[in-house]
Amino acid sequence: MIHFVLLISRQGKVRLTKWYSPYSQKERTKVIRELGGVILNRGPKLCNFVDWRGFKVVYKRYASLYFCMCIDQDDNELEVLEIIHHFVEILDRYFGSVCELDLIFNFHKAYYILDELLLAGELQESSKKTVARLIAAQDSLVETAKEQASSISNIIAQATK
Amino acid sequence: MNPFSSGTCLRDMIRAIRACKTAAEERAVVRKECAAIRASINEDDQDYRHRNLAKLMFIQMLGYPTHFGQMECLKLIASAGFPEKRIGYLGLMLLLDEREEVLMLVTNSLKQDLNHSNQYIVGLALCALGNICSAEMARDLAPEVERLLQFRDPNIRKKAALCSIRIIKKVPALAENFINCAASLLKEKHHGVLITGVQLCADLCKVSSEALEYFRKKCTEGLVRTLRDIVNSPYSPEYDISGVTDPYLHIRLLKLLRILGQGDADASDRMTDILAQVATKTESNKNAGNAILYECVETIMSIEDDGGLRVLAINILGKFLSNRDNNIRYVALNMLMRATTLGAQAVQRHRATILDCVKDSDASIRKRALDLLYLLVNDNNVKPLIKELIEYLEVSDQEFKGDLTAKICSLVEKFSSEKIWYIDQMLKVLSEAGNFVKDEVWHALIVVISNASDLHGYTVRALYRAFLTSTEQETLVRVAVWCIGEYGDMLVNNVGMLDIEDPITVTECDAVDAVEVAIKRHTSDLTTKAMALIALLKLSSRFPSYSERIKGIIVQNKGNVVLELQQRSIEFNRILQKHPKFRSALVERMPVLDEATFSGRRAGSLPTAISTSSGAPSNLPNGIAKPATAPIPDLLDLSSDDVPAPSFSGGDFLQDLLGVDLSPTPAPSGADMPPKASTDVLLDLLSIGMPLPVQTGLSASDILSSSQDDKAPFVNFNGLASLSSLSANATSPANAAPMMDLLDGRGPGPQKSEENDQAYPSLVAYESSSLRVMFNFSKQRGSPQTTLIQATFTNLSSNVYNDFLFQAAVPKFLQLHLDPASSNTLPASGDGSITQNLKVTNSQHGKKSLVMRVRIAYKTNNKDVLEERQINNFPQNL
Repeated sequence: MIHFVLLISRQGKVRLTKWYSPYSQKERTKVIRELGGVILNRGPKLCNFVDWRGFKVVYKRYASLYFCMCIDQDDNELEVLEIIHHFVEILDRYFGSVCELDLIFNFHKAYYILDELLLAGELQESSKKTVARLIAAQDSLVETAKEQASSISNIIAQATK
Repeated sequence: MNPFSSGTCLRDMIRAIRACKTAAEERAVVRKECAAIRASINEDDQDYRHRNLAKLMFIQMLGYPTHFGQMECLKLIASAGFPEKRIGYLGLMLLLDEREEVLMLVTNSLKQDLNHSNQYIVGLALCALGNICSAEMARDLAPEVERLLQFRDPNIRKKAALCSIRIIKKVPALAENFINCAASLLKEKHHGVLITGVQLCADLCKVSSEALEYFRKKCTEGLVRTLRDIVNSPYSPEYDISGVTDPYLHIRLLKLLRILGQGDADASDRMTDILAQVATKTESNKNAGNAILYECVETIMSIEDDGGLRVLAINILGKFLSNRDNNIRYVALNMLMRATTLGAQAVQRHRATILDCVKDSDASIRKRALDLLYLLVNDNNVKPLIKELIEYLEVSDQEFKGDLTAKICSLVEKFSSEKIWYIDQMLKVLSEAGNFVKDEVWHALIVVISNASDLHGYTVRALYRAFLTSTEQETLVRVAVWCIGEYGDMLVNNVGMLDIEDPITVTECDAVDAVEVAIKRHTSDLTTKAMALIALLKLSSRFPSYSERIKGIIVQNKGNVVLELQQRSIEFNRILQKHPKFRSALVERMPVLDEATFSGRRAGSLPTAISTSSGAPSNLPNGIAKPATAPIPDLLDLSSDDVPAPSFSGGDFLQDLLGVDLSPTPAPSGADMPPKASTDVLLDLLSIGMPLPVQTGLSASDILSSSQDDKAPFVNFNGLASLSSLSANATSPANAAPMMDLLDGRGPGPQKSEENDQAYPSLVAYESSSLRVMFNFSKQRGSPQTTLIQATFTNLSSNVYNDFLFQAAVPKFLQLHLDPASSNTLPASGDGSITQNLKVTNSQHGKKSLVMRVRIAYKTNNKDVLEERQINNFPQNL
């Protein structure tokens, strides 16, 4: 099971955190600080796994961002690497060659995508197309609601003129 | 408009935060934003609610507190529109976790949304439930989730399946409700549903043996077929990852098959063909393929198999191990570790490669490789491997040395067939990484050295040589100092020369120099310095011509700020000056330390407990082993007649005197305490709050001091008593008195504590010229922690005591309950008594002894009298 997902920039800034096991705010800060220290300091040629407090943290760097996932000792690290890549590809497709700024300003979108990909710390969908389709459908629901709201407020505005 | 007012949109806030140059600036911006958001929340501003929440999520990600926004999530979730619900649920998952009380309030909204007509809203609710639900919510909402497992849309079914995993993890009792639905998910064609369904089945098997049996019988065949289909499926772009169709599904199927095959030959048999096919046909040049192979190998290793497949699996791992990719090597090491339990022979073939991995530049790989190598060492290969590891120890990273040292020490100990090899290897480790060696390891080394009587000379010379070259390794210094103290004469006279040794000339002066270096080295800690002091004392007897110089060094420590050292140097100085007759007997070579006892104590995993008062009988063999040659135990063997197994045994004393077990944590060993105690802990009511170690010199000395007019020799006694960590039971004056005899030539008449037939002897808790307090102990059956104490008060004076009041206080680890006293008037001259019952519960039963502070108030002749006393001579194990 994936216990948490972290996106940390090369400067150590947190870009996304998702906790599937209960961690208090204090613990979260501590975890981020600890792991940031370990992972950001590792050389480029080393393996993508870090033993940490009896868990394994699988991380991979894409441009300036480190994608980290914490898993149990007996989970498949290589698969988690593949899941990270899967996530990145979906983000890439959604934002159109994603960059760190996309994730900063649209962090909620990144969370929505992650929620279609993982649930309860397990993989939910192996097809990038399906994830993209589900996100698009929900985005359009939001758009319609917004349009309706504005048209209603227009009507009200006109009526009260 | 102020850019930081509540009017800013999310994007502006993020920009403002990003523009901050310092952390202080960032805090200021966040504070302003939070204030604005709070204000907006208080106004119950509906239009900005979702924007406020979005901002809070960002702020929370930066690590600021956002609890005030939790209720906003609930409001958004309760609103009707999809956009509000979407952000509300996201906020719920980010700002709350399952332990928040607020979460319970969302249960109702969740229930409604799980039944919503819009499938995306159902999806949101399932997602939130799956990510953060608590056990109560799981119980409340399980029926809804169960129903959604059959929902028409596959995307809801897959979410419901994962949500069920969370539910059964929280409430395993619900597992059986999900078995049938989970089994039906396995027949699906939709990959998402299949993946989540297989995962659900795997988790069900973990919590319910009933589920395991069910799936094993009904689904193994089907799962094998599904795996075969997916392995042989034609290229499908939607699921293809570097030439493999849906590796995630592969891996989950293999994982479930592993669970089903484990411990069941029949099920295992049914899956061997497909496993062989996966193991041979999967592409191994890309990560996705390797992930499948890795999972397949693990399944092969776990199921019941005759060995044909296992050879295949080990070969795959061998290939992995020689892969250039560090990730692949890492998982190979990981897997080989598990494989060693099945057949170490096959893994042994890769020993050389694994040894290379121990020296890898990657810390993760090094750690794995070392763990694996540790398992591979056996009697045949231990010597070359240890040699390699010790050589590597010299060049390894600092942070890796700790791990490496611990492993080497443990291996050397485990496979020490010859003592000389063990001592040699340990000396190498001590000189290379002595600072990383744990206390129990060097303690064990000393025990072994002490037992290898033919190697004493060799060892002390080797240690002396090592000491000269590497003085910065603390534990090396300690062992060296101990050995020089014990076997200094052998060092100088070259006794017991072995053929392999180079001759070395060491004068008496050199030996004293070495110990002096150790004591003066400013990096030496208390233990080392104390050991050096003792070594000096011993050398003073071994080399009488250097006695004066040694005295000089010892005297230098008389003013040491560390009480322990100060006290010891004063005592030793005293011994050198006043008791030359005793000296040679006092510092004789230690009797052989008993290995069995030592290892027994280590097994108790309490290395520092060596000097504690507990476990009296197990300490005895040390001294008893050779009573005739050990004058000290004889001298101090005070267990005369009827003292019931005092923890104070000769062996213990001797051991402590010589400092082998001096632990820097004084906690239970009264070593540091008595001097303090004799000043005045007694009346310090505040100190009761901290658990005072049970000390003993204290009450003994108190009783004695009252009957002693000449205090001077008493100092000596007290010193020795503390030195020897005289512990709890040694308190009875009967013990202390003969010792007085020895050192002083005269002593008070023997005072004996009263004996009793009970399991716990009663105790004169307090006695003064006017009052005696007796404690009788009993235990309730079945509650060893609780002790019932009956206190009996007797008036020894000729006046009646009125308004008699007994009060008691205990440290935190104890709980005290006082019953009312039988009366508040105490007749004069022992003509009657008051009894009062106390109930004490010891939460640290077996670890700490009882300790209590009592206060007794009464009126006599119209005068108020107050007496206070600390009682810490309770019998042990109460």
